[in-house]
Amino acid sequence: MIEIISESKCIECNQCVNVCPTNVFDRVENGIPLIARQSDCQTCFMCELYCPVDALYVAPDSEAVIHISEEEIEQQGLLGGYREKVGWGRGRTPVSSHEYMYQLSVKTRF
Amino acid sequence: MSETRVKAVDLQLDADVLVIGGGPAGTWAAITAASKGAKVVLVDKGYCGSSGATAPSGTGVWYIKPDAQLREEAKQSRFGLGGHLAENGWMDRVLDRTYENMNKIAEWGYPFPLDENGTQYRRGLQGPEYMKLMRKKALKSGVKILDHSPALELLADEHGVGGATGVRTQAGDTWTVRAGAVIIASGGCAFLSKALGCNVLTGDGYLLAAEAGAELSGMEFSNAYAISPTFSSVTKTAYYKYASFYYEDGSVVEGAGSQRGRSVIARNLLQGRQVYARLDQAPDDIQPLLRVGQTNFFLPFDRLGIDPFKDKFPVTLRLEGTVRGTGGIHIAGEHCATKVPGLYAAGDAATRELICGGFTGGGSHNAAWAMSSGSFAGEGAAAYAQNLGVKKEFRRLKGLSSSPLSAKAADQSAPRKTEEYVRSIQEEVMPYDRNLFRTEKGLDGSIERLDSIWNELRGKAVTLNSDGVKTREAAAMTATARWMYHSARVRTETRGMHKREDFPQLDNEQRYRLVSGGLDHVWVKTQEVQKEAVIN
Repeated sequence: MIEIISESKCIECNQCVNVCPTNVFDRVENGIPLIARQSDCQTCFMCELYCPVDALYVAPDSEAVIHISEEEIEQQGLLGGYREKVGWGRGRTPVSSHEYMYQLSVKTRF
Repeated sequence: MSETRVKAVDLQLDADVLVIGGGPAGTWAAITAASKGAKVVLVDKGYCGSSGATAPSGTGVWYIKPDAQLREEAKQSRFGLGGHLAENGWMDRVLDRTYENMNKIAEWGYPFPLDENGTQYRRGLQGPEYMKLMRKKALKSGVKILDHSPALELLADEHGVGGATGVRTQAGDTWTVRAGAVIIASGGCAFLSKALGCNVLTGDGYLLAAEAGAELSGMEFSNAYAISPTFSSVTKTAYYKYASFYYEDGSVVEGAGSQRGRSVIARNLLQGRQVYARLDQAPDDIQPLLRVGQTNFFLPFDRLGIDPFKDKFPVTLRLEGTVRGTGGIHIAGEHCATKVPGLYAAGDAATRELICGGFTGGGSHNAAWAMSSGSFAGEGAAAYAQNLGVKKEFRRLKGLSSSPLSAKAADQSAPRKTEEYVRSIQEEVMPYDRNLFRTEKGLDGSIERLDSIWNELRGKAVTLNSDGVKTREAAAMTATARWMYHSARVRTETRGMHKREDFPQLDNEQRYRLVSGGLDHVWVKTQEVQKEAVIN
């Protein structure tokens, strides 16, 4: 579930509020979005992917809140990892065009 | 949220075509209808671009070059698994249309990978990239998109369906769209199981359609379960073909597997024995390719410091219902019309039996069906709306919701009560010994309990805010479960994904469709499968 919106990183663009399919966040006047309905989070990672500054962290567990802190996430280098793999963001190439996509299909018929 | 009051001035729009749902089927429907000159509004319960089962995943696509032999092999490949219920004509049309549409996606700029000759390889799509592109294309085509705008009821008069109304959960008001035709593309129903991206898929469109008098088909094929780590929402079962399955003591679970051995996993879990998986059959040279092929498959493992190729991890089976199951709204014509004038269905909201029968394995048929049925429905709905002419202007439309919509705020306990209903419904559809392994006795018990939930929900006022949306979701899931189990009760055999413990064999006499419908009184009837299906 969504665990963290980093106060130091968030630029208040509210993109996560827009894209969350289950409407977990609330806009806040002159502030960073609020995780208002955490239990509605379906752990789809879309908010992380659309965040332009890697300010969000979604923990893999879809049932329980794990209460991880921003410091722990920073230390483990977990912020922005998914966006990087999908290849979104300035100077990156979308993973969709990765040569392995083709090789995987040829070798495994996925 | 329950405090949100309805504002005095709400959103009212007119359109030729209203599309409910903004996943692949909905966006294809909208773009196609717009390309035929229709004025299109698309509403999504969440956000068109991130909502639904496709957006967070990678999927193969049933993209087969127009070569007679390749096409024949493609049609044969899953025909038997589907219980011989797919139809030749529909498979041909979907293969043609999918080929055409994937080539369009390339034209629109989707970054496909290249083969060794530098030619684009178009047999797969990455959900985030695909759906971002579809949203962009829809907007460019002039489609008006309303995000966070769930539909609560269809509007109709004696001529048929003519629009819908709903709420805007973030704006805190309501919307009404009057339209010549409505396309339901709101996905299947996974009963809030948190299967990846599926919690917006609560069968809403089935209920809307049934309230208008449309029928459903194949609702017995609704017990798809995906393998997933116990600690994660990621339900990508395909990769488990490289898995070995173990008990806690390290001994092998005989017969367990991702294809036909899922029942073995379920039976162990039912007996309280945790099953563990390890992808230890993936060859070394394939492993890095797998990591790229489904980036989000590895996300939970990476974040928890687990190497799924080397470490055992506990797995469960998460219900995907009719999202991967094939049941849905019955299709009455080539353009995905329902039997109700002005109402169309596409994607997982519509039955996928026409190309899959009673079983789907991986996503490739599902993706093909979404883009094909979406564009068929878009064409059909646009033409229907354009032919309505002046009739459109003078319609007296009425809401069709089976529960009354109310502008008044509900009492404080309503949201908690809805949660209780949801848990009760889940208790009927999630347990493997009720839904995966079905028996007459079990089905009868579930039907009785679901009937009483339906009777209670039927009279509950639906408030015009996000609490009301959840009330309607609960009603939709209840109705869906009832069509599922009534159909499952009638099919006294095992076919496709439908498994009857008391009738474990396929019965050749039952090679027909089960069409169902009704709200207070659920009915099921048989319907012949098109005889043109000449595949052996």
